[in-house]
Amino acid sequence: MNEKLFSLLSGIIFGVGLVISGMTNPEKVIGFLSITHNWDASLMFVMGGGILVFAPFFYLMKNKDTSSLGFKINLPQKKDLDKKILIGSSLFGIGWGLVGLCPGPAVSSIALFEPVTFIFLSAMFIGILISKYV
Amino acid sequence: MYNFTPYSALTGGIIIGCSVVLYFYTTGRLAGISGIFANALTNKTNRISNLLFLLGLALGPLGYFFVSSAPVKFEITNSYILIIIAGFLVGLGTRMSGGCTSGHGICGISRFSIRSIVATITFIITGVITVFILQQFGIYL
Repeated sequence: MNEKLFSLLSGIIFGVGLVISGMTNPEKVIGFLSITHNWDASLMFVMGGGILVFAPFFYLMKNKDTSSLGFKINLPQKKDLDKKILIGSSLFGIGWGLVGLCPGPAVSSIALFEPVTFIFLSAMFIGILISKYV
Repeated sequence: MYNFTPYSALTGGIIIGCSVVLYFYTTGRLAGISGIFANALTNKTNRISNLLFLLGLALGPLGYFFVSSAPVKFEITNSYILIIIAGFLVGLGTRMSGGCTSGHGICGISRFSIRSIVATITFIITGVITVFILQQFGIYL
């Protein structure tokens, strides 16, 4: 039960952070990717802020096996670079640059009831399903 | 610099960092949104928790809009074809590479994961190239 409550709470805090950061507006993301014209570095500060908080915390927690609620600490096991991560992140960047939406802001903008969001998320879901066959 | 909002960006980033800390501290899992989204829809393990996280992700901004009187800005292309292609590539690409801006960009870099650092640099580069090409075609200014 607690785990579900904290999942919801974490989601709420994440969503508030996204909207305060301005990243729920695709135009801000495009502004960051537009380095040759009217560059807007804000996104770098958002990532930097997140890393500033999580990096020291992760360092303190990294030798623990279980979370505070007793769940096994779950970290990615893959360590080496492969073709899949390079192709995948390249494709993600292209999609991100096309309209300025990544998964977090796309889910958050459900709150705006914009039809565009639902189309984007549906297409994203199809991409996820197809990724299982790649 | 155009439209630059360093203070709100940093504040928002710190709040996002707090969410990542809380989620990791309590559940032992990394708050990568593409993974949470994909797992919520395709995996029975932790489905309810994942759905609740996504619900919160939408409820947070909704509550914020309700409380603050700040205007809500959501400027995006009106081309549905672009939106569909973009959504598809984001879904496929994030699952192939195992993360997005949050999973690789924030969680991964915080862990000094080489895979995540390379992934983040890669998706920023291809994003920059994509926007540059679209600008040449007059789609973005």
